[in-house]
Amino acid sequence: MHTPIRRPRAAAAAAALATALTLTACSAGEPAALGDPETPSEPVELRMTVWTADENHLALFQEIGDAYAEENPELVSGVTFETVPFEDYTTTLTTQLAGGNPPDLAWVLESYAPEFVSSGALADLRPVLESAEGYDVDDLVPSTLELWQDGDGLYAYPFSNSPFGVFVNTDQISAAGQENPADLVASGEWTFDAARDIAAATAEDSGKQGLVVRDFDYQLWENLSTVWDGWGAAPWSEDGTQCTFTDPEMVEAMQWIHDATFDDGAMPGPGTTADFFAGDAAMTITQISRASALDGSFEWDLLPLPAGPAGQQNVIGQAGIGVFTQGENPDVAADFLASFTSPANAEKLATYFPPPRASLLDAGTLSAANPLLSEEQLQTVVVDGIEGAVTKPVHQNFAKLSETVRAQLDAMWTEDADVAAVLDETCAVIQPLLEE
Amino acid sequence: MAAAASVPVPRGPAAESPVSKATPVSKAVRRDWAVGYTMVAPVVLGALAFVVLPLGMVVWYSLHEWNVLAGTFTFAGTANYERLLADPGLADSLLASLWFSIGLVVLNITLALLLAVLLDQKLPGTTTFRTFFFSPVVVSLVAWTIVWSFLLQADGGINGFLSTLGLEGPNWLRHETTAMLSVIVVQVFKNVGLNMILFLAALQGVPVELQEAARLDGAGAWRRFRSITLPMISPTILLVSIITIVGSLEVFAQIDVLTGGGPGNSTTVLVYYLYQQAFRFNEFGYASAIAVLLFVIVLVLTLLQWQSRKRWVFHEV
Repeated sequence: MHTPIRRPRAAAAAAALATALTLTACSAGEPAALGDPETPSEPVELRMTVWTADENHLALFQEIGDAYAEENPELVSGVTFETVPFEDYTTTLTTQLAGGNPPDLAWVLESYAPEFVSSGALADLRPVLESAEGYDVDDLVPSTLELWQDGDGLYAYPFSNSPFGVFVNTDQISAAGQENPADLVASGEWTFDAARDIAAATAEDSGKQGLVVRDFDYQLWENLSTVWDGWGAAPWSEDGTQCTFTDPEMVEAMQWIHDATFDDGAMPGPGTTADFFAGDAAMTITQISRASALDGSFEWDLLPLPAGPAGQQNVIGQAGIGVFTQGENPDVAADFLASFTSPANAEKLATYFPPPRASLLDAGTLSAANPLLSEEQLQTVVVDGIEGAVTKPVHQNFAKLSETVRAQLDAMWTEDADVAAVLDETCAVIQPLLEE
Repeated sequence: MAAAASVPVPRGPAAESPVSKATPVSKAVRRDWAVGYTMVAPVVLGALAFVVLPLGMVVWYSLHEWNVLAGTFTFAGTANYERLLADPGLADSLLASLWFSIGLVVLNITLALLLAVLLDQKLPGTTTFRTFFFSPVVVSLVAWTIVWSFLLQADGGINGFLSTLGLEGPNWLRHETTAMLSVIVVQVFKNVGLNMILFLAALQGVPVELQEAARLDGAGAWRRFRSITLPMISPTILLVSIITIVGSLEVFAQIDVLTGGGPGNSTTVLVYYLYQQAFRFNEFGYASAIAVLLFVIVLVLTLLQWQSRKRWVFHEV
C-alpha cells in the first residue's frame, strides 16, 4: 500500500542552517586596533586558556581576576581560567579558533610563538601596556621579549621565564659512591661528560635510571636542546632557512646522546619510563618550576646545566600570554592583561613563574616566593640562568617541523644507528619545510 | 496493489489510506502525517545536522585554503586535491592503512570465527568464556589502549612475562614491524568479542537437520563446516567484514596513544594523517580533502563488498 506523501519542505531550512553554520565557522576576525577599552553595553565575561591544572596557580589567577572584576564592574563581570591539558594545548586552541569560539586571552607556547605572532592571530599589546598607569614597560628584560615581537609590536607578555636546571637525587648518588655534583659545580668541572659518568654509575648501583631529559620521551626532541646547546648546536640557522642538523657540533652532540643512552646506560632508552620526582632516576634536566613536584622523600639539589665542549649555555622555557584579535572583546582583554601583569601582580605571579621584570629578578624576591629553593640555588640557576639564556628551538613552521623531525630521528634511537646518516636524511627531509 | 485491495482493510486511521488523487486529503490523514513526520523528525533532523551537513561542509572546506590563526578562508579550487596526488606523506599513510586493514580484518575475522565455533559447544564454562572475550568491547577504548601501552613498553608487562620464560622481548612500540603488529593486536582483542557474538548468533541459526542429514551421508566435521556452516553464516560474514573494514579505516585513538604515528611514519594511518594535517598543522582545507578521499575509499570498498555478495553470500545466490 502506498500513501502519497507530500515532499517535506525541510530542504530549504537545512540549506539555511548549513549556510549559517558555514559562515559562522569561517568568519575571519578583523585585526582590531587596541586602545582604551570602550565600556561595553553590559559587562563581559573574559576567558583565558592555560595549561596548568595546579590548584595553587589557578587560585592565584582567580584572585587577580576577581580583583580586576571588582575594580572594573562596568567592563567585566568575571574572568574564567580554563585549563586545557598541555599535550593537546595548541591543538585545542586552534580548534576553538576554527570553531569561531576563541578565548579572549591564552597562554602561548614558545615553540609556536613565531607562528602565532606572524599570523596576525594576536593583538599588539604595546600601546595598551605603555599607556597603563604604573606599568613601567622599560622594566621588562628585552631578551625575554624577543620571541614575542614583530617590528615595534609586542604580541604577548612572557609571563614565565623558567630556566632549565639539573635536579639531582643526592641520596642515590652518594649511595653509589659518586662525587657530589655540587662540588663539581664549585670546582668548575660540572660538564656533560661528568654528569653522564655519575648518572651511569648511579644507575648501575641503584638499578634505576641515570640522567632523564624530562618530557623528551623520544617524542618531544626539542627538549634535547638543553643538551646540544652545550655543544653550540642548533637544528636550523638563526633565520630559520637552513637545516643545521648536519653541522659537526650537532652530529657530535647527538652522537653523545646516542652513546650515553645505548653504550653507557646513562640515559633511559626508548620505551623506558622514569620519573625523577618519584625517585626513579639519579638526575633530570627540567625547568625549576617542577620543584613543586618534590615531596621530600629523598635528598636533592638543583644545579645549573652542565657545560659542553662549547661551554655552559643557559636555556629557558618561556610562555607568553596573548590577546586574540578574533576574540569578542580584545580591548577589554588587553586591559585585563595589563592589570594581570602589573608590577604588583607580577610579584605575586613570581611565586610560580619567574617574571620578565628586572626589578623582580633577584634572589631575595624569588626566595620569598619559592620556599623550596635556597637563595643560592635561585641565584645560580634562576637569576644567572635568565641572563644570556636561549630558548628551545622555535620556527614559524614549527608544528610541521616538530612532527617531521620526530619521525626522522626515530631511526636514531636504536643501538646500531648511524647518527650522521640519520641527521643527513633529517636535513634532506626538513629543508623544504624550512623554506616554506 | 490489486492484491492489497482484496485484503480485508484493517480498522482504524490506517484504513483510510490509500488515498486516491481525486479524494481531498481528510483532516484525519493530515493528522496522521503530522504524527508520522513528528516521529521521524528527530532522526531525520539529527542525520541532517550531524551527517549530511558536516559532509557537505567538509566538501566545501576542501575547496578552500583555511588559515585558522590568521582567520583567512580563501577559495582554492582543486588545489587541495592536486596536492593529494603529489603528497608522499599521504602515499605512506595509505600504505600504513592498507597494512593495518589487512592485518586487522584477517586476524579479527579468523579469531572471531574460531572463538565462536569453540564457544558454540555445549560444554561447562562456555558462558564464562563468552563473557570473558566480550568484556573488552564494553571497556573504554582509551583506557584499554593506555593499559596496553604500559604492557608494551620496553620494560613493560609483556617483556617482563617473556623474561620469566627466559626470552628477551623486542621494544614493541619502537620497531616498525612490531609497532604495527601491536596496534593491530590491541584493536583485535578490543573488538573480537563483538564479531564473535555475531558469529555465535549466526552459528546457532544453522538448522540442525541440515547438519544431521550431512552426518548421515557420511560428511566429516570439516566438510560439514565448509559446505553447510560457512554458506549458512555467509550473510554474517559479509556484515562482519563490512563493519571490520570500515572500522579499520577509522582507527585513531590506538595510534595516538600507543605510537603517535611512529616509529618514523610506520603507523601513521590515513585518519591519523588527516588529524595531523588539520589539528597539528592547521591545514584544515587540505585535511578536508583527505577526509573526502577517505569517504570515497570507504564508499567504494563497501559498494564492492555489497556487489560481490551475490557470488558468495548464501541467501543472495
